[in-house]
Amino acid sequence: MNYNVNEKGYYGEFGGAFIPEMLYPNVEELRQNYLKVMAEPSFQEEFNQLLKDYVGRPSPLYFAKRLSEKYNTKIYLKREDLNHTGAHKINNTIGQILMAKRLGKTRIIAETGAGQHGVATATVCALMGLECIVYMGEIDIARQAPNVARMKMLGASVVPAKSGSRTLKDATNEAIRDWINNPVNTHYIIGSAIGPHPYPDMVTRFQAVISEEIKWQLKEHEGRENPDYVVACIGGGSNAAGTYYHFLHEKDVNIIAVEAAGHGVDSGESAATSVLGNEGVIHGCKTLLMQTKDGQITEPYSISAGLDYPGVGPMHAHLCKTGRAEFMAITDDDAMNAGLELCKLEGIIPAIESSHALAIFEQKSFKPDDVVVVSLSGRGDKDLQNYIDYFKI
Amino acid sequence: MNRLQQKLQEDKKLLSIYFTAGYPSLNDTVSIIEDLEKSGVDLIEIGLPFSDPLADGPTIQASSTQALKNGMTTEILFNQLKDIRKTVNIPLIIMGYFNPMLQYGVEAFCKQCQEIGIDGLIIPDLPVDVYHDEYKAIFDKYGLVNVFLITPQTSEERIRYIDSISNGFIYMVSSASVTGSQSGFGNEQTAYFKRIADMNLKNPQIVGFGINNNETFTQATTYAKGAIIGSAFIKHVSSEKLDTIGDFVNGILQ
Repeated sequence: MNYNVNEKGYYGEFGGAFIPEMLYPNVEELRQNYLKVMAEPSFQEEFNQLLKDYVGRPSPLYFAKRLSEKYNTKIYLKREDLNHTGAHKINNTIGQILMAKRLGKTRIIAETGAGQHGVATATVCALMGLECIVYMGEIDIARQAPNVARMKMLGASVVPAKSGSRTLKDATNEAIRDWINNPVNTHYIIGSAIGPHPYPDMVTRFQAVISEEIKWQLKEHEGRENPDYVVACIGGGSNAAGTYYHFLHEKDVNIIAVEAAGHGVDSGESAATSVLGNEGVIHGCKTLLMQTKDGQITEPYSISAGLDYPGVGPMHAHLCKTGRAEFMAITDDDAMNAGLELCKLEGIIPAIESSHALAIFEQKSFKPDDVVVVSLSGRGDKDLQNYIDYFKI
Repeated sequence: MNRLQQKLQEDKKLLSIYFTAGYPSLNDTVSIIEDLEKSGVDLIEIGLPFSDPLADGPTIQASSTQALKNGMTTEILFNQLKDIRKTVNIPLIIMGYFNPMLQYGVEAFCKQCQEIGIDGLIIPDLPVDVYHDEYKAIFDKYGLVNVFLITPQTSEERIRYIDSISNGFIYMVSSASVTGSQSGFGNEQTAYFKRIADMNLKNPQIVGFGINNNETFTQATTYAKGAIIGSAFIKHVSSEKLDTIGDFVNGILQ
């Protein structure tokens, strides 16, 4: 079984490029060039240099001693939360801004939900001196004021998406429309492992540095490159894609994907796409998505703004369908408690997204000598108000 | 040869009107179609509303959102249209995004279209190659014409490929834009219309996006076979001017 993208842009039956003809030249230009550009030694050199000096990589692989004692297994945390801008998102935006420059683009657009990808995009645009326009749902702008301010300080224009449900999926629609209207000078930095081919593959390759580092870091800790489990939360699935990438074809590594169950998978307020979704087309790719029986895309819910996307990336849809990954769903309550537990046991305040991945230890037992690597995809600073409100701190 | 293919052979410039089914009210579909035919429109694009219409601007998206709020579904649209051929003779095309068709079942969808008397489909986010490899046989089986878009950025090679697969008309997007986002055509667009006309394609071209009055209709049809009006018509009916559809069409055709 192959879990990587094939030459037509599919993961099994998922993926492809279901785009209006107006986008064809943009996407085709990228498709024809992305692998070539990424393979250039000068690109690799600049990418790696920036990851090291600017992002602060490699991010530590930290053995969480007290957490491990509590759950009687060996838990390692991949500390993406320590990256510049506070999450894994920057790995992808660094890669894509270098790609955009090599393609001669002068204008950058992006979509953002909670604002994390928007901040990561505004950051690299400031770094490279490129114009930056971030589309963000009107409702998200109101509830994520600190990230809106960050983007503005970094020089980006934040444009409210006022259509549809005025959240992430509508911000994505607006960004795509901008790209249709500006086909020549603009690059669209998609923030997750979604969208038309080659985006899911390109984003995955930029995030693959996560699993590349896990391999040699685990070798130093445990004398072996492969853990027994890799665990990551999934919204669109970019941190998960990067965490799994170098283990996809390692049969001894179990893959766990953690979705947001919101108020419960059957509550009507959830983002557990693997359970509630079925096959369809969203934002340019065929994948699993939450929709009505009539094919209208529905609005997901999670306390975590980074996980409430109505689809998953096509690679993850394939991992789900083939059974390569075990999908688990974690409720708001369980995630919040797991987040607070990490604060108390390890002195780390995690992003609520990452707290979902940490919550699996209450639901699933591991053997004492199992090595479980969890992607701590982001830090919790941005979620402070949610934690305060939830725990009445 | 179906109604659409016959219409395209007539020696006249064609006016096509797009409207969103279920807007302004759920049950306006049939009366809008009948009024458009009476007003002298040559063909009609019936928009099946979608929650996330990527290629459309704010006007059509807002009408789609309202239509969905009004309760429009694929099933309801097919029901509304089941007797349409008793009263309407001009070609009818359904325009919609791929996901609702996928959920209905592409073959079941095409079969329904044939039974109703739909002549063609426009599915902006179904790429040509996927259509060719997976769905063309089904469209052919049910006698449906599939219409593809080209833009000023589409390469000559790709236009020739699209022409080779098309069997109705080519939907010529007037500029790099979403629907309803510009007014008036400049030299750049005229040059593009002429360039495409000079390619002598086997399928006639109908221009869409940016046509909203007699002037732009005339400009577009100087080189092309016809023109499509969408957003401007939606704006007209949105102000509850359903009884003045004839005036709107007369204003275009003059």
